[in-house]
Amino acid sequence: MENRTSEIALIHKAQAQNLKKEKTRQDFWVAVMWLFGLITVSILVLVVGYVLLEGVKAINWEFLTTSPKGGLSGEGGISTTIGTTFYLVGLTLLVATPLGVGAAIFLIEYAGEQSLSSKFLRSLIGVANFAVETLAGIPSIIFGLFGYALFVSTLKFGFSLLSAALAGACLVLPTIIRTTEEALLTVPDDYRRGSLALGATKWQTLYKVVLPASIPGIITGIILSVGRVISETAIFYVTLGGSYRMPTSVLDGGRTLALHLYYLAMDTRAFDKAMGTGAVLVVMIILINLLIDLVSRKLTTGVRKVQ
Amino acid sequence: MSARMIADKTVKYILFASAIISIIIVLAIGFFIFRESIEAWTELGVGEILFRTVWRPGQDQYGILAMIVGSVSVTFGAILLGVPLALGCAIFLADIAPSAVQSVVRPAVQLLAGIPSVVYGLFGMVILVPLVRKINVPGNSGYGLLAASIVLAVMILPTIASVAEDAIRAVPENYRHGSLALGATKWQTITKVVLPAGKSGIIAGVILGVGRALGETMAMIMVIGNSVIVPKPLSGNPLTFFLSQARTLTGNIAVEINYATGVHESALFATGVVLFGLIMIVNASARSIIRGQKFIEKAN
Repeated sequence: MENRTSEIALIHKAQAQNLKKEKTRQDFWVAVMWLFGLITVSILVLVVGYVLLEGVKAINWEFLTTSPKGGLSGEGGISTTIGTTFYLVGLTLLVATPLGVGAAIFLIEYAGEQSLSSKFLRSLIGVANFAVETLAGIPSIIFGLFGYALFVSTLKFGFSLLSAALAGACLVLPTIIRTTEEALLTVPDDYRRGSLALGATKWQTLYKVVLPASIPGIITGIILSVGRVISETAIFYVTLGGSYRMPTSVLDGGRTLALHLYYLAMDTRAFDKAMGTGAVLVVMIILINLLIDLVSRKLTTGVRKVQ
Repeated sequence: MSARMIADKTVKYILFASAIISIIIVLAIGFFIFRESIEAWTELGVGEILFRTVWRPGQDQYGILAMIVGSVSVTFGAILLGVPLALGCAIFLADIAPSAVQSVVRPAVQLLAGIPSVVYGLFGMVILVPLVRKINVPGNSGYGLLAASIVLAVMILPTIASVAEDAIRAVPENYRHGSLALGATKWQTITKVVLPAGKSGIIAGVILGVGRALGETMAMIMVIGNSVIVPKPLSGNPLTFFLSQARTLTGNIAVEINYATGVHESALFATGVVLFGLIMIVNASARSIIRGQKFIEKAN
């Protein structure tokens, strides 16, 4: 009996020690995880902070409103590159948005239809979904090569906004399709049934009921795509030409902000101006992220209202 | 049939056409890149391209093995540095951070994903390369695998972290409750229950990160030095391997395509075919791991 109690006491002691050891281990690793989170935020603060602080030195009204003048020290400002960036963003989305939204509507709203029961059509839809996933994983330089081979060379659009926008549209298409699909999925089926029961056709239902309800989601996809086009460099490096004049037609070449940064850093070594350009880019990306946050918050409150 | 019924049908066909445009684009990409590369494959031979390390367009030598090794090495370096950080960040966001902290860290990770690669490249050139140059080894220019791996690690961090976080969150709460009820600590629960249960999603996140790393172009050109050499240690210390310059497959294409003609141009498309093939294999393996799960969409 005596023996047994002391054995139990020993076990309790061992357990307490083990628990203490595990607690210490837990405290240590939880601290490490906090550190990792902190490191991640620090990296962002470091990169963004450095580029903004250094870049601000180069930014003034003249920098923003004069065009680049070329030359080895990267003289001039960035006005035409800002203009070209917006021009290209607009053109790319003009191509990609209707295609992406249309594809998403079909894949979500029509793919499950009874009349699509033919085996060929069904497998085609499976392949289409697979293709969207594949597109999303293709690196941008491959889109660039493709754009160069098809639009620049074969179709003879040359190094131009048109070639760049068509290649860029391939890049953002999966983004628009996926975000639109998600938005369509959040629209309750009751909406569709209600509209169909009132005698509306499928398209009337989609156009008047489902699409308006999913507008915030579609806008999120478009804003995300704006960000990707602004950031993208590799595609435009091989399709846009790089002239720093303001393009006057879609068949003119040009230079986006990101591309201008690259040329400044690599060809002229005008790092101060490159930082200034980088700061403008970073500010744009931050604004875009804030905007997405705002729209998606609106999306969630919208859905809550519905339910 | 009334007008609105006709409209209904017409719209359906238009939407169908846009739905299959993705298929057409993927096929067209494969077709055009392969078509342009045929000249190189037939004139030089597959072996001459894939297994030779000498790339001298002036002498019609187009071996891309050095670039393959370069791409793989820098990806390896980025994974080595980026995966622990990304996984730690994912665990932190999913199971440890209070929601107030989450609402700071998660947007930070998103913003890291949005920063243009040329900005990372510029940061690398101005900050990292001079730092690396301080390491006193003969032949160390600062530009090379180390600087490139660091830049790339930061660039793939958001992909891996967000997919891994989703995978960890997808582990049912009951698993955690069960483990805690058995007397396990929170950390034991994470390492012994949550991570094994979310393993496939986490691995898929890492593989998607590998795909991202292989495909990155501009930032790599800016910091890796671009010399066409098979990277090797600069001195007796094997770690100086990472101080060696290199060139990636992506960089090879971007640096030379604008002035290349003839076989040279075709060889660059052949580089593209190899890159495309590698990425397809990587992404397909990620996809097969998480088949039936939804993580992949978020990553892209």
